Amino acid sequence: MLWDALTLQLGYNATLVTLGAMMLGVGAGATGTYLYLGKRALVSDAISHATLPGVVLGFMVMVALGGEGRFLPGLMLGAALSAGLGLLAVTGLTTRTRLHEDAAIGAVLSVFFGFGVVLLTVVQVMDAGRQAGLETFLLGATAGMLRDEALTIAAGGAVVLALVRLLHRPMILVAFDPEYAVGQGMRLARVDLAMMGLALAITVTGLKVVGLVLIVALLIIPPVAARFWSERAGHVVMIAGAIGGVAGYLGAAVSATAPDLPTGPLIVLAAFALFVLSLLMAPGRGVLAAALRHLRFQRRVHLRQGLLALAAGQPVYEPLTLRLMRRAGLARADGVATDTGRAMAARARLDERRWQILRSDPAFEAAAARYDGLTPLDEVLTGDQIAALDRGLGPEGAV
Amino acid sequence: MSMALELVGRATAPDTDSPLSIRGLTVSYGEKPAVFSVDVSFRPGQMTAIVGPNGAGKSTLLKAALGIIRPLSGQITSYGRPLHEGRARIAYVPQRASVDWDFPARVLDVVMMGLTRELGLLGRVRASHRARATACLDRVGMAGFAHRQIGQLSGGQQQRVFLARALAQEADLYLLDEPFAGVDAATEKAIIAVLHGLRAEGKTVIAVHHDLATVAEYFDRVFLINTTAIAEGPVAEVFTPSHLQTAYGGRLALAQMGGAAAG
Repeated sequence: MLWDALTLQLGYNATLVTLGAMMLGVGAGATGTYLYLGKRALVSDAISHATLPGVVLGFMVMVALGGEGRFLPGLMLGAALSAGLGLLAVTGLTTRTRLHEDAAIGAVLSVFFGFGVVLLTVVQVMDAGRQAGLETFLLGATAGMLRDEALTIAAGGAVVLALVRLLHRPMILVAFDPEYAVGQGMRLARVDLAMMGLALAITVTGLKVVGLVLIVALLIIPPVAARFWSERAGHVVMIAGAIGGVAGYLGAAVSATAPDLPTGPLIVLAAFALFVLSLLMAPGRGVLAAALRHLRFQRRVHLRQGLLALAAGQPVYEPLTLRLMRRAGLARADGVATDTGRAMAARARLDERRWQILRSDPAFEAAAARYDGLTPLDEVLTGDQIAALDRGLGPEGAV
Repeated sequence: MSMALELVGRATAPDTDSPLSIRGLTVSYGEKPAVFSVDVSFRPGQMTAIVGPNGAGKSTLLKAALGIIRPLSGQITSYGRPLHEGRARIAYVPQRASVDWDFPARVLDVVMMGLTRELGLLGRVRASHRARATACLDRVGMAGFAHRQIGQLSGGQQQRVFLARALAQEADLYLLDEPFAGVDAATEKAIIAVLHGLRAEGKTVIAVHHDLATVAEYFDRVFLINTTAIAEGPVAEVFTPSHLQTAYGGRLALAQMGGAAAG
């Protein structure tokens, strides 16, 4: 069953829904990258919670007009309007008062969401029959989703992706250095509006699949995970899109295997799994790689310090240093240097003395900047340069 | 009455030579003006230092001149035209501490940001663009760093990358906010060499500058400011003990001035 779901063999509708969720994930991951890099990620949380009153009001209006209350584009329009209002409220509070953005987000998010929940309760009392399903907008559900709805969601994701491609340059520049962007003649308010507008579009598109409580996860987790893998903004956008897409695909497919599995939470869990994988395994910024690098560096420092101590005829006290030197065959268990240890110690001492001379000679200013106590001099200077340096080297012990 | 109006009209007529002309600029955070009613026209082809005590509004003036901060009042013109028409000829070097250097970008990516206007939204990055950006890096002595992650740079290297990004714009006016703040001696030397090179090409350089001791050595002209404009002119005429006393008040220890004022 799970395998069938993952290989898209649960029927035409389930396949469409899974592909739609994937498209949504790609769009959300890419869009979220600009928010994350511009340190504006939480604005999307305010946007998504502010959709609830719009969804319910949209439903009420469509029912009042005698239509089908659950018509998805109508609900999405309502969601977009109230989310836009919430966004305006956050922007207004931040620019016109001395409130910081986090406080404005907290206020707007809770008020809009509270109002939405009240409306939802009212609808439930009013007409118990037809409202069934509105609460699925909270956590997302794909069970029983229609073909047109899946196509709408996929199209929404694709449109957002195209806009992201178009606006990539200004959005990255503003995220990195807004002052310089203005100096280049960019209208900050417009770029900001575009960025937030894209987040809003993705939120509204994803309401049905992921739900408004969790859509923020699909915007934030993929870029945060992607950041572990790359040092280039453009690549982070693409990797975040890929991670979001995989999460959307996996979550929607798994939720299709049983009738009551909520789609949103499954997508978020899939994204989280990819995040943990990135956190641990990514080269460079990953936790394991960083720990490994730290251990290697620590070993180098201890060995060098130990060798310099040996060369100066001082005892090595630190147990870790001793243990590392013993393991490297430089010292015996009682701390006495082996032949190799003595030879290496002499070399370390010579290296250090050469460095001392180099650092006091203004002619070597550039090379001296590379002194860190660890780098062997022959990685910095050529043999000839070292030979020239050695002429300044006094008799042994004259340092 | 009509004569008075004529006079007002003439007084605000734009200075078409000046790369940056500021009229009646007031900028206020809250209700205390940081810059008050400043008039100044910077001369073309010269290096001008904006000098004044801490909190005198030096950086604020620069940011307002670029439209980064919205002024309460005032007119900014560049080569006689409104600021937004002159953008292509202006390059700005912000304080390096104003950005997060852990941003995912390589040195070359940052320099390429200087080509944003030229490339537009979807313009393809060609080899010639990259070559230009690399040449700018070479000019600030950072040619070997093009593919480094910007988080690995020292403070001085960050400042040079920002300068290279401005160079990539191939502008006529360069505005720098404290380019020598917290940089090593080698970087200071490299930056000043680049700025003097720009002047030799006929470009205009305006820099917020903190170190009174080097004003006379580095710059042609000085603009002294302390909320209001104190004086603008050649170093020899403006950088005098009496003007500095006006700008700095009691805060100026004589020792701080050193031999600079005499030079």
